[in-house]
Amino acid sequence: MSDEQSLVDKAAELIELVRSMAPGAQAEATVDATELSLTRFANSFIHQNVADASTTVRLRLHVDGRTATGGSSIVDTSGLHALVERTLAAARLAPLDPQWPGLAPPAAVPTVPAVDEQTAYAEPDARAARVRDFVAATDGLEAAGYCSTLRWARAFANSLGQSAASVSALASMDAIARQAGGDRKFDGVARLSSARLSDLDGARLGARAAAKARAQEGATELPPGRYEVVLEPTAVFDLLDNLAMFGFNGKAVHEGRSFVEVGEAQFDPSVTIVDDPLDPRGLAATFDVEGTPKSRRTFVDAGVSAAVAHDRRSAALAGTVSTGHAMTGGASWGAVPLNLHLLPAGDNAGTATSLAGDDHPAAGAGEVDGPVADASVAALVAGVERGLLVSDFWYTRVLDPRTLVITGLTRNGVWLIENGVVTLPVQNFRFTQSYPQALAAGAVLGVGTHAIGLPSGWQALCYRAPALRLASWNFTGNPSG
Amino acid sequence: MPDLDWHGRLGDVSEYGAAEAAVQAALDAGASYADARVMHRRTESMDARNGEIEELSQDEDLGIGVRALVGSSWGFFAVPDLSDAAVRSAGARAAAIAAASATVPGPAVARIPTTPASGSWSSPCEVDPLSVALSEKGDLLVGLTATMKAAGADQAEGSYQIWDTRKWFVSSEGHRIDQRIRECGAGIAATAVGDGETQRRSYPSYRGQYGTRGWELVTGLDLAAHAERIADEARALLSAPRCPSGVTTLILGSEQMALQIHESVGHAIELDRILGWEAAFAGTSWLDLRQLGTLRYGSELMNITIDPTIPGALGSFGFDDEGTPAAARDAVREGIWVGVLAGRDSAAVAGLDYGGSVRADGWARLPMVRMTNVGLEPGPHTLDEMIAATEDGVYMDINRSWSIDDKRLNFQFGCEIGWEIKNGKLGRMLRNPTYTGIGPQFWQSMDMLGREVTAWGTPNCGKGQPGQVGHTGHPAAAARFTGVRVGVTG
Repeated sequence: MSDEQSLVDKAAELIELVRSMAPGAQAEATVDATELSLTRFANSFIHQNVADASTTVRLRLHVDGRTATGGSSIVDTSGLHALVERTLAAARLAPLDPQWPGLAPPAAVPTVPAVDEQTAYAEPDARAARVRDFVAATDGLEAAGYCSTLRWARAFANSLGQSAASVSALASMDAIARQAGGDRKFDGVARLSSARLSDLDGARLGARAAAKARAQEGATELPPGRYEVVLEPTAVFDLLDNLAMFGFNGKAVHEGRSFVEVGEAQFDPSVTIVDDPLDPRGLAATFDVEGTPKSRRTFVDAGVSAAVAHDRRSAALAGTVSTGHAMTGGASWGAVPLNLHLLPAGDNAGTATSLAGDDHPAAGAGEVDGPVADASVAALVAGVERGLLVSDFWYTRVLDPRTLVITGLTRNGVWLIENGVVTLPVQNFRFTQSYPQALAAGAVLGVGTHAIGLPSGWQALCYRAPALRLASWNFTGNPSG
Repeated sequence: MPDLDWHGRLGDVSEYGAAEAAVQAALDAGASYADARVMHRRTESMDARNGEIEELSQDEDLGIGVRALVGSSWGFFAVPDLSDAAVRSAGARAAAIAAASATVPGPAVARIPTTPASGSWSSPCEVDPLSVALSEKGDLLVGLTATMKAAGADQAEGSYQIWDTRKWFVSSEGHRIDQRIRECGAGIAATAVGDGETQRRSYPSYRGQYGTRGWELVTGLDLAAHAERIADEARALLSAPRCPSGVTTLILGSEQMALQIHESVGHAIELDRILGWEAAFAGTSWLDLRQLGTLRYGSELMNITIDPTIPGALGSFGFDDEGTPAAARDAVREGIWVGVLAGRDSAAVAGLDYGGSVRADGWARLPMVRMTNVGLEPGPHTLDEMIAATEDGVYMDINRSWSIDDKRLNFQFGCEIGWEIKNGKLGRMLRNPTYTGIGPQFWQSMDMLGREVTAWGTPNCGKGQPGQVGHTGHPAAAARFTGVRVGVTG
């Protein structure tokens, strides 16, 4: 019996237990089995090398008008029995839940290509080898970061008869090289996620990070103020992340906490953002924790806000239907799209043709002699009369969710651009900037032609982004304060 | 220690036996040192909004994590299965992973010597929070959020969280420790939606107050007494004047001071950051070990301790996750940096003789340097005295946003509410108050410090890869700072 089938059976067993112990209860069960391995390095050696294999079950019950959720990592029959017992007991004592949206009806879920077995079951040696190659490619610089592999299998069942299962895998590398200069260190970064571990070329990523670190040496302070910017994909990731959490969150929209107004032209016409959980290049997911099938959806269509994310509860409140974005623990926060793609220039479809995390995996050679990540970024830089090239953002936090004004810092490299050429490494800035304003009509001066898959340290998400050239970014502080 | 009473089935399983078998398997596979933690955690949380329950969740989690040292490299493996075969396999796999680390080896790993501890410890708990009836807890949140909604909040939220953690720790050096730590807390928040912006007021803090205590902590918050007030204040903020921009005297309330300590002191004194072990993600630190004992961090009013022994504070424990007994230590004394948060291996690298600040977020995560209770000793002033002594300034409290650079120097924090101070008196309410600064400059400008200390709990401290969420405590008092830039806008 396959692992996937055993998870399906486990979910079905849980639903059957509920049926026998509380006839008439509405129940949904999710079973997740993950194998996460992460090889972490710092000061150019592996210092933390971890792996875990876990299976967890999650049960949501609605009985006599009351709802409760329970979870457990004890998944044998007696463990499942105990879970049902206590979740039923909790539901019966909980306050009434008049907003209960009901269970997802049976519906076919889409299929995705089979996972890459070498990624799903990668041995520690395979990750360590990539770390070795990254460190070697920095050619004497200090290196730090990680290489990880994740296998994620999920099964779902509910008492209406919906049943689904999926398996996905993702490999990620996220690391920096550090150039020493006086009493300071200058960092350069390289990141990539892919459904295939074989796409992660430690040497190429290490060379890119090292080139950026060397080009950052001697960074000087510039005054804060508004600058035109070219944001590399690693920085654009943060825009997508905050748009996903606070903007495209259907519950936040319904409650007036989001700027998004569906149907309104709120972005530059060059901006198209889709959520594609079925993209085989990322961590594919074919259904959500309520069993609703997932699909590719356009959230921003040529500058027009086109959709927001809903689970069944937020959809019912908003008078619409679930978009398949229910998340564990999402009843309070709301639904969030976890597979956002900002489409690169010239890509009207954005559909994947392979598992590769990088649209142009062979394009790296010769593009790492300096701070600019690749030819796509260089093309945007070439159009800037005076501005800044920004590699990465850090510690961004929302000052006001409605306007999505965010403060944060640059990290891992900033350079002055003059007359289309990078001229000077610059020290990090603090910024305070409304993200929708930065992406508004007329504010986007260019979208890169090359998108890459980018890892996240906190969630099982995978965004894809090209570089962006923006007319103005509000830097409100520098190292002096 | 009682059996695992939710699941009930595990009464015949020896948690110590499982940990010992895992450690032995790691040694048999070539490890020179190994330790193992069996952890069992029950959690419960409830969220209410606008008079209705949004989510009630109860979870149970059981597993073992094994750490093995082979040559100069660590390996870690974790499984949610305490069968003999599973724990032995976990020990062997931890050793195999450590062996793979040798592909990119570093200097030999040393650990400062320790006397292997044996013992049991439990956090204080008068009212078991998991034993309080769900109906009582639910009715509390429903009532509070209904009150705020009726008082004008567009979104009225209330929540509580409970953790009941038991862990058994064994090392190849002879440690044998079990602990039970019960934590809980709650909070309420009112959001008013205006024309193009939102305003939020919370009580008692941004996410609520948390501690290693029983439900008596929540009862003592008297949430009901503050529900209407924060709803009123959220709505009033929509029409309040903006916090002016400029450089002025700033008084921070104790809740915001807890955040200030957490971000600009607590993380900066983590030894793993100082040594570069977190360089690629959480970041490093502006602190240089060569300056330990001489560097001026803040004014002479600044006395910061690392103290996991504070009864009921959220960062308290009996032993850390390497088996080091809890002990208090100075981090900053009269403004001079004198101590760090350390583990046994990082302390050895730094040439220090103490660890004691290593913890893991669950059985599936590697123990790492984490804050315990990092906080201020009380000062000589009252908040009223600070306000009275301020001719022109701003008073801010209750954190709303927080951002700081990867060296823990350059910060910008926002609060939910502010008031102008004119001629020694509080004036108009101010909306969107923010302030920014550079850590040591800011702390050196602290010229008044309150004597009323609250041990605030932070249940959401993120660090590590894979990500770990830590629970930390921060004794804090109101304080006054001079020459601070406030009112940063987008």
